[in-house]
Amino acid sequence: MAETSTETLRRTALHPLHVEYGAKLVAFAGYDMPVQFPAGVKEEHLWTRTQAGLFDVSHMGPCFLTLAGGTRRGAEAHEEIAALIETLVPSDIKGLKPGQARLTVLLNDEGGILDDLIITRPYEEDRQGELYIVVNGAMKAQDWGIFETALAGKAVLTRADDGVLFALQGPKAEIVLGAYFPECTGLKFMESRRLVLDGETFVVSRCGYTGEDGFEVLGSAAAGTALVRLLLDDPCVRPIGLGARDSLRLEAGLCLYGHDLAPDISPVEADLAWVIQKRRRETGGFPGAARILRELKDGPARKRVGIQPLERAPAREGTEVYVDGAPVGLVTSGGFGPSVDAPVAMGYVAAAQAAPGTKIDLMVRGKARPAEIAQLPFIPARYKR
Amino acid sequence: MTTYYTKDHEWIRVDGDTGTVGITAYAAGQLGDVVYVELPETGAKFARGDDFAVVESVKAASDVYAPVSGAVLEVNSALTEAPEKVSEAAESEAWFVRVKLADTSELSELMDEAAYAAFCKGL
Repeated sequence: MAETSTETLRRTALHPLHVEYGAKLVAFAGYDMPVQFPAGVKEEHLWTRTQAGLFDVSHMGPCFLTLAGGTRRGAEAHEEIAALIETLVPSDIKGLKPGQARLTVLLNDEGGILDDLIITRPYEEDRQGELYIVVNGAMKAQDWGIFETALAGKAVLTRADDGVLFALQGPKAEIVLGAYFPECTGLKFMESRRLVLDGETFVVSRCGYTGEDGFEVLGSAAAGTALVRLLLDDPCVRPIGLGARDSLRLEAGLCLYGHDLAPDISPVEADLAWVIQKRRRETGGFPGAARILRELKDGPARKRVGIQPLERAPAREGTEVYVDGAPVGLVTSGGFGPSVDAPVAMGYVAAAQAAPGTKIDLMVRGKARPAEIAQLPFIPARYKR
Repeated sequence: MTTYYTKDHEWIRVDGDTGTVGITAYAAGQLGDVVYVELPETGAKFARGDDFAVVESVKAASDVYAPVSGAVLEVNSALTEAPEKVSEAAESEAWFVRVKLADTSELSELMDEAAYAAFCKGL
């Protein structure tokens, strides 16, 4: 464990709650964050898959991007703000329906991924011309700098990382959160609404990063903390640390920026071509479009894949992948999957070796261990479609 | 039989010039759920401080260091099938290896139970 001084670390509004619940705290993305609670990573992981886990993600970068002229009614305002952000990301943002959210990637001029983020079109008729965007905590300074520089004079960025952003994930999430926001039970995966509780407005989105059904909720520091306290009083809900967040997302086949995604990796290589919708493939107009469109047509040289070690030894990030004694790739995330009850990993391999079932060797501590390319995710997603 | 402890949280229970080695309950608690243990081969030789085994939790892999120099007489292969035993019974059932000590005088460098308890308290 890194012996980082906690004094220079930022704290989320929920920090006192983590301490109260006995969290083991570590430095993460510049914040003092819970890596696990006394139950431990494995139990927290399994709890989330069967009950409801509550994750503090206030260290992430929620923000609002608004037309310089302000929000207004009508589809035109949405098209204007969407056109601005589409110069930076390859997804069809114009085509979002009111209240719809979409995963996308921020690209550099070479088509490499600078971050992955969720962009939501507000549902509310009077908030058109605004986008709700959540970027990764460790990348928020970079991302917000890019937005402000690229869209100066055209759009205004308002950070919203001074409040509480939490995720409630798992099969019990709907019934638990529905007690406070009855409307949230009507939302489908990747739909979002502003909902009011006791006079306080929250942004409630049906999404998450565990493979389970669930919600992400943004609120003010005070109202968000009060709501989290109420939720944690529910016997179905337990606080979950970053350790289980990592094993949950890995089993769900979801990428972690800085590990599975990096500035030299394109969305096609990352097997995220699905974030580039038809219109954008036809018209381009995003950074690195030449490379990305070429890779879409000819296939990428390397590809992100699931990796299933066939023995019990986990293969961690950085483990080399071999086929017939020749290096063909690298593990970018690896560990133990408590729900799969086996080691699981993902990484990049040469396109020729990327088919599920391909036999590979993982070099763990100098020994070749058998593994095979696996279909992602390792557990079936349980999103509410 | 006397049990000695290292600052890296291994224990060794010594009987004459043989010893049983494992990781301490404190270490197991810090690691969290153990999901994999990699043990050396019988006959392998180690110098004091060499990494001779690996214990992996959901989160991370950690090396286990030889508390003394010696040769491996026996490994606890039950841990390969049931690594979770390390979380449950670190200082008894979940021993890692039995070793033949190369130099029993190395034991004087290790902590006794009271000293180790005080050492953990200060962490």
